[in-house]
Amino acid sequence: MKKFINKVDDILTESLSGFASAHADLVRLNLEPNFLTRKVKAQNKVAIISGGGCGHEPLHAGYIGYGMLDAACPGHVFTSPSPDQMLAAAAAVHAGKGILFIVKNYAGDVMNFEMAAEMLSFANIPLKSETVLTTDDCAVINSTYTTGRRGVAGTVIVEKCVGSLAETGASLQACKALGDKVNARCASIGVALTSCTVPAAGRPTFELDDIELEMGVGIHGEPGRKRELLREADAIVNDMVEAIVADFSARDFNLKTEALLLVNGFGATPLMELYVIYNTATQLFAKHGIHIARSLVGNYVTALDMAGASITLCLLDSEIKQHWDSAVHTPALRWNR
Amino acid sequence: MKTSFILSSALAIHAAIVAHEKDIESLDRAIGDGDHYINIKRGSEAIAGMYNALLPLSPEEVLLQIGNKLLSAIGGASGPLLASFFMGMAKFLQLNNDKANELNSNLEHAAMFAYGVQTLMMRGKSNVGEKTMLDVLVPASTTFTHAAAQGKTVTEICKEVKNAADKGLEYTRDLVATKGRAAGLGERAIGHLDPGAKSCQVMINAVCDLILKK
Repeated sequence: MKKFINKVDDILTESLSGFASAHADLVRLNLEPNFLTRKVKAQNKVAIISGGGCGHEPLHAGYIGYGMLDAACPGHVFTSPSPDQMLAAAAAVHAGKGILFIVKNYAGDVMNFEMAAEMLSFANIPLKSETVLTTDDCAVINSTYTTGRRGVAGTVIVEKCVGSLAETGASLQACKALGDKVNARCASIGVALTSCTVPAAGRPTFELDDIELEMGVGIHGEPGRKRELLREADAIVNDMVEAIVADFSARDFNLKTEALLLVNGFGATPLMELYVIYNTATQLFAKHGIHIARSLVGNYVTALDMAGASITLCLLDSEIKQHWDSAVHTPALRWNR
Repeated sequence: MKTSFILSSALAIHAAIVAHEKDIESLDRAIGDGDHYINIKRGSEAIAGMYNALLPLSPEEVLLQIGNKLLSAIGGASGPLLASFFMGMAKFLQLNNDKANELNSNLEHAAMFAYGVQTLMMRGKSNVGEKTMLDVLVPASTTFTHAAAQGKTVTEICKEVKNAADKGLEYTRDLVATKGRAAGLGERAIGHLDPGAKSCQVMINAVCDLILKK
């Protein structure tokens, strides 16, 4: 393992401290329990709180700021944060209109946020909360019988749109409804060229030969659905695009529409290659009548040092487009402000 | 059941988890994300570190504090699940006992264990056969209850519970996971033991061995 580490047990605190001081104009860090908030607390709006294991940077703390999150709760690497973090974050950022949790659909995250929501409702000063579960990963088959689809890169789009709506002073119910809608209109699939190394484990989670790839990976270095032979980029992207199109079709969505295409790097794939993927994907989606009206290409939801990428397609409507385009100012996403 | 027994069990569990690092970690690298050992050890270490602080407390308070500590120290899925198990046992003592929390019969101990497992099941919204820790905990619990009801000795009960935990673990090998992180793997999870079931089997064996040595 070659990584920039002092003591492996300190990596989380040191990274969070570095992040907070690099973005001191936007965020504040609280340690024990660990959570981050905006530098200036927002008033009279639904407080949007997300969180999850570390290792996916810039998710989630990178999306704290105007037009997105009010707070984020980082867990250990690939490990859900615990309810005490969410309770402390909620106490710090609630602004009179309730708390909306945005949670990626993993057993641990769901249980910890669920316990936090239960505890909030029984607190001395009870706080109302709702939860949007992100479930955009269409690689998980038979999800009806399992924990369900995982939340992956589509989470960024959900956070952006809900965050935008919350800035207008919209109600908790309205924010939840938009979050659920955006999530339903997203589908993602990931492919890994290598595994990744959890710092405390010290070696890659799985091994891939030079001629192999993992199709349908999540964002934790867990194996995907299928191990396949590496082939040219167009062939790989074609399989990914077809999986997304099949998923939307199975859910009865009309595909002859405008869409947002997010090509997301997992951490160790150069932007140059992400644009190769983007180039092919837009052409393939066009063949299905999907017009890519908005785009985002880069490392937005990573899996430590995994080489690989995911494709997320979000079917736009006028409301989603408006909230995607609106002003945002966070460490990792900024436009129109 | 005395506080001292709970705490010596906690130390035995921590030692057993550390001794099984390789087994637990390699299972989670095969069908999980490779951090189950790290997370469980962070929890068992935190509890072992509370030994002196917990020693003066009643069993009910000790189980509740262990639950709270596991919840904040572990995170992930194991945190709330194991926390619910200990909080459930604390709740059982609160509902069924006087201040001293002195459980007298094997059957009472079995009922407390079952209450903890029930609480964990409700938190995880899961059941036997989904390739999770429940595939070890549930058969261990029912075996405990049956053996106690038949009036078997503590030694006999421990041997039967260990056997049930071992069998439950082996049962996870041929299962497709429908809960937890391995659920994304579909049939690829077949042939691998479940790491959460493994760590539970290690913990149950540690406590049974502690009792058998007495």
